[in-house]
Amino acid sequence: MPRLLIMRTGRRLVAVSLAAAAGLTLAACSSSSTNPITPPKATSVVVGSANFPEAEVLAEIYSLALQHIGVKVTDKFNIGSREVYYPEIVKGAVTILPEYNGALLTTSVNTSSTATTTAAVDAALTSGLPSSLEILNPSAAQDKDSVTVTQAFAAAHHIASIADLKKVANTMVIGASPEFKTRYEGLVGLKKLYGLTFKSFLPTDLSGPVSLADLKSGKIQASDIFTTTPQILSDKLLTLSDPKSLFAAQNVLPLVYKKGVNTKIINELNAISAKLTTADLVKMNLQLSQGQSYSTVATNWLKSVGLM
Amino acid sequence: MNIWTRWIWPWISNSHHWHGPDGVPARLVEHLAYSGLALLIAVLIALPIGLLIGHRRRGAFTVVSVATAGRAVPTLGLLILVYLLTNASSWAWLIPLAVLAIPPILVNTYEGVLGVDADITDAARGMGMTGTQVLLRAEFPVALPLIIVGVRTAAIQVVATATIAAYISLGGFGRYIFDGLATNDYATVASGALLVVLLALAVQVLFVGIRRVLVPAGLRTRATGS
Repeated sequence: MPRLLIMRTGRRLVAVSLAAAAGLTLAACSSSSTNPITPPKATSVVVGSANFPEAEVLAEIYSLALQHIGVKVTDKFNIGSREVYYPEIVKGAVTILPEYNGALLTTSVNTSSTATTTAAVDAALTSGLPSSLEILNPSAAQDKDSVTVTQAFAAAHHIASIADLKKVANTMVIGASPEFKTRYEGLVGLKKLYGLTFKSFLPTDLSGPVSLADLKSGKIQASDIFTTTPQILSDKLLTLSDPKSLFAAQNVLPLVYKKGVNTKIINELNAISAKLTTADLVKMNLQLSQGQSYSTVATNWLKSVGLM
Repeated sequence: MNIWTRWIWPWISNSHHWHGPDGVPARLVEHLAYSGLALLIAVLIALPIGLLIGHRRRGAFTVVSVATAGRAVPTLGLLILVYLLTNASSWAWLIPLAVLAIPPILVNTYEGVLGVDADITDAARGMGMTGTQVLLRAEFPVALPLIIVGVRTAAIQVVATATIAAYISLGGFGRYIFDGLATNDYATVASGALLVVLLALAVQVLFVGIRRVLVPAGLRTRATGS
């Protein structure tokens, strides 16, 4: 699908440049230039994405919304990991990328940063990014580590936040990827920030099939499930709120190459961020896992929030 | 950079790693339990089937097909599939490990019986043995060296693969490998891997002994090395 898109847009680009060349020839021939060629920089952008479904559907949303307001867009989805695509946007080969503020900060901008709240992470990014780049407004949507329980368990014990676990933690088995046991964004921080000591820790997998099956079977009562995992919806799970910001913010936001965007583009991208929520991402990931195409999922979301 | 001095020796020589539920003795017992039980079940399934098919001299196609299919199954994928289908059963490791162990035992048993010299079975029949007696008293002992090689191959594969039990939260030496990898603790990973290798070598030695005990001296020249 993404490859098709690139081909389609590629062909459109060829058509545009042919038209532009024709226009130039015409302009050169006639002294009265009635056909001003708009410089491509201002209204033509390249939208890129990392190589996983959620990043691609976010890029598709940016791309479709911008095309809807008349911006010429070239799609360069599925580029690779951050290590691969970040240098591309630094030099301007890509203009717009959906990013996660926390991961961007600690992977590519400032690996030693300890900022955890959205505001602190964004401030660190704003001061740390190279001058060619800037981040736009963060959305409420976050894809990050969490403490997740089943909705049934939450209802039975009246739990909505990690802090509420205090009264039951010593009866609970928490299961997660082995590193959760020893790292700060895991058992160490849960004890230090929230004073939680669990009955035991079961090494499972990284927000994968084993953790989800264990939650469902009741073998474990809590797990670190990434907050946009589609099974949160299909398996009736609940991501507990994290009032003390143990897990660093991972808000979805557009990372842009400053010289490639104008006010119209920035306003449109900010309008998207104003509407996007974590629940939206869960729902879109579920639709993708059921085989719906990126463009269908992205179009449906844009229509549902009135941006298309 | 020397793996031994930098990672393995400091880990192995740390007494902390030699007792408690996460210590080497406890993990060894777990690892042997997973491997032994899976191997036992594989023998119980593959040995009778292999003997029967070899004795009747029919069904080669089926045996080869089953063995090939069994060898092509991705063990970790099967483990997760079984885990999901059994609603997170803690016994889910048994099926993929048994599936891994069945092909070598089945094929070697079948080939072993099939390869028994016709003179021997004819002589047995001439002495008045029934079909079952021919199988159990003539074909089985003669095929035994090859069958033991099959069980040995299966045992080594199972011991080396039982590490996957750690993927569904269980123990065994796989615990060191999975936990070490998750925390960039390469000393634990390398030591866990070495323990698996040593155990596989020990199994190899064990089977030399088993062969000495079970196979009559006159038959030991058959299928020695392979």
